[in-house]
Formats: sequence, structure tokens, C-alpha cells
Amino acid sequence: MSSPHPQIQALESSQIRELPSFRVGDSVKVHYLIREGEKERVQVFQGTVIRRTRGSIRGTFTVRKVAFGVGVERIFPSSSPRIQKLEVLGSGHVRQARLYYLRELRGKKARLRANPRHTASAVTSTKKN
Amino acid sequence: MSKNVGLIGRKLGSTQIFQEDGTVVPVTVLEMGPCTVVNRKTKERDGYTAISLGFGKANLKNTPKPEKGIYESLGVETPETVTEFRVESDTLEKFEIGQEVRVNDIFAEGITVDVTGTSKGRGFTGVMKRHNFHGAGTATHGTHEYKRHGGSIGMNMTPGRTLKGTKMPGQHGSKRTTTLNLKVAKILEDKNLLLIAGSVPGPNQGTITVRKAIKGRPPQA
Repeated sequence: MSSPHPQIQALESSQIRELPSFRVGDSVKVHYLIREGEKERVQVFQGTVIRRTRGSIRGTFTVRKVAFGVGVERIFPSSSPRIQKLEVLGSGHVRQARLYYLRELRGKKARLRANPRHTASAVTSTKKN
Repeated sequence: MSKNVGLIGRKLGSTQIFQEDGTVVPVTVLEMGPCTVVNRKTKERDGYTAISLGFGKANLKNTPKPEKGIYESLGVETPETVTEFRVESDTLEKFEIGQEVRVNDIFAEGITVDVTGTSKGRGFTGVMKRHNFHGAGTATHGTHEYKRHGGSIGMNMTPGRTLKGTKMPGQHGSKRTTTLNLKVAKILEDKNLLLIAGSVPGPNQGTITVRKAIKGRPPQA
């Protein structure tokens, strides 16, 4: 596939949002503006990033968490204006770009080893947890 | 017949935009105009009323001299594409030869439009791709070498011929196609860009014309 027309690239880059840098395997807290009827409020979704898709304005990332024993995944558009804040809590040691294998794992097996390359942030976050 | 005035442009490709409330809208980006009015057809002289718009810059090397002469005498640049738009006589009065028409002169964000283009050519295709036939329903029960066929194309002695218009394999695509009632998602006036929600006929770089919608109610604000 050929790359998009320069005019489209300019249009896309004008809308891109800068988020703190994070990667697959990181545990993150996403503060997302949701609408309940007429009211709007911020909901916090905390979990592990199991997938990132690139592609300028069209990029998304998937966050997985286990709530009351049920796996929950949410896909967020990376440039969405509804993301109020994104906190990176820690980084996990991963060898894949897509962590779909976490879906098959339960309990202690579903944990990720802290990423040694990001020791500082990883250690502080483990203590917090 | 649509008597709505339109604009000529080029399809650049598609992407998505975020609305203020965060909703994602898939859009097709069109470079519209600026177009130049190159002709006016009047009731007295031509028997009907229309305006001709020119778009783009022609390759002068490949343009016939008589054609170049026309545009030289008008004092406008020789356009690559010229399209005639049938309009009511009162609309005609708003346009003068040589006048430049831009996106925001005709369109506004939120209105519905009809987009005409030449659909992507698919060549000679079978009935499954061309007419959405289902093909042979099964690959078993003794069926062999018969999977993507159309089945029967008619009856026996009565009428003893295949009816005209029966759907069969043939050229698919590369045909003038109009998509009705597409919504204008956004207009970037300074860049002459028109962003249409949804898809538009034809390949990227294809020439298209956009006019105000002929059918339907205007969308609720």
C-alpha cells in the first residue's frame, strides 16, 4: 500500500495527541471521559497494555485487566480527546508485541516480570502495589 | 435531474478525524477546486441554462490549439477537466465567466452532498464478484468443476432465448457511479479540502464531482 497523500499526512499530524511514552507490557492507568446519559465523568481504567497499533492518528492501544475474575479489555484510540490523562505505573518484561497469551492465563501465571531495563519506575510501582 | 451546483475535485484518500466530543468519524479527503467558470449556457442561446466549471491545470503540450485558444480568449488557465452543471436561471446569474469558485462558496459543514466518480475498474469478472451470486451451494453431492458459476440463465422452449438484461459475467467497475446523501464532515477552506464522512466512488487521485444532495431532508443540526 502506498503511503497517504501529503495533504492527508498533514491533516493527521495536526490532530495527533502526545501521550507519555509507553509500550506493550506496561501497566497503565487511563483516565477516560465517559458519558452517562447527560452527565460526563472521568473513569479510570487500570491494566496491562497488550497491544498497540500504529498509523498516525488511527493508532489504538488495548488495555487488559481482570475485574472480579473476569478479563476485561478496552481499546482506546491513541489520539482520542477523551483521554484525560495516562499514567504509566510500571513496565513488564515481554518478548512479544501482542500479549494475547495473557488471555489464557489466570492468577499468578498472568503476571509479567518487571522489565529490568526500566528498573527505576518498575520497582517503585511494585512497592506501591 | 439535479439542478444543484457543484464542484470538481480529486480524491486524495481516506483517514479519520476526531470530533470535539471525541467521536471518531471515518472520512474521505477530497481536494475541491478552486474551479473557474469557463462557460455559461443561457436559455436564449443554448436552449437550457448551465455553467461549466474547469478544474486543474492541463498539460499544454497535449492540448489542441483550438482548445487553448478558447481559454486564452477568456483569460483563464487551460483546465484539465471541464464539467457542465445544469442550474436554474437564477443560479446562473450569480456566476460570471472567469470567476473562481471555492469549496466554501458552495458547501458548508454538516450538509449532505451527492458524490459522482468513476468506480474502481475490476476488469472482466465472474457473477459472484459482479452480481453477488452465491455460486454453487455445495462442493459435495456429486458437484465438481462447478463452484463459482451462475447456474441457469433461462427457461426451455418458452421463451426459447435468454432474456435481455440477465446477469452474467462481464466488465465490472470503471463506471460512472454516484453515492447519494453523504455528509460533509469538515471543510478546510485554506487548503481547499472537503472531508466527507464515509467512502466515495473511485480510486485515489480519481476525478470526482460533488453537488448538493438532490434527495432527502437536510440533516438535523
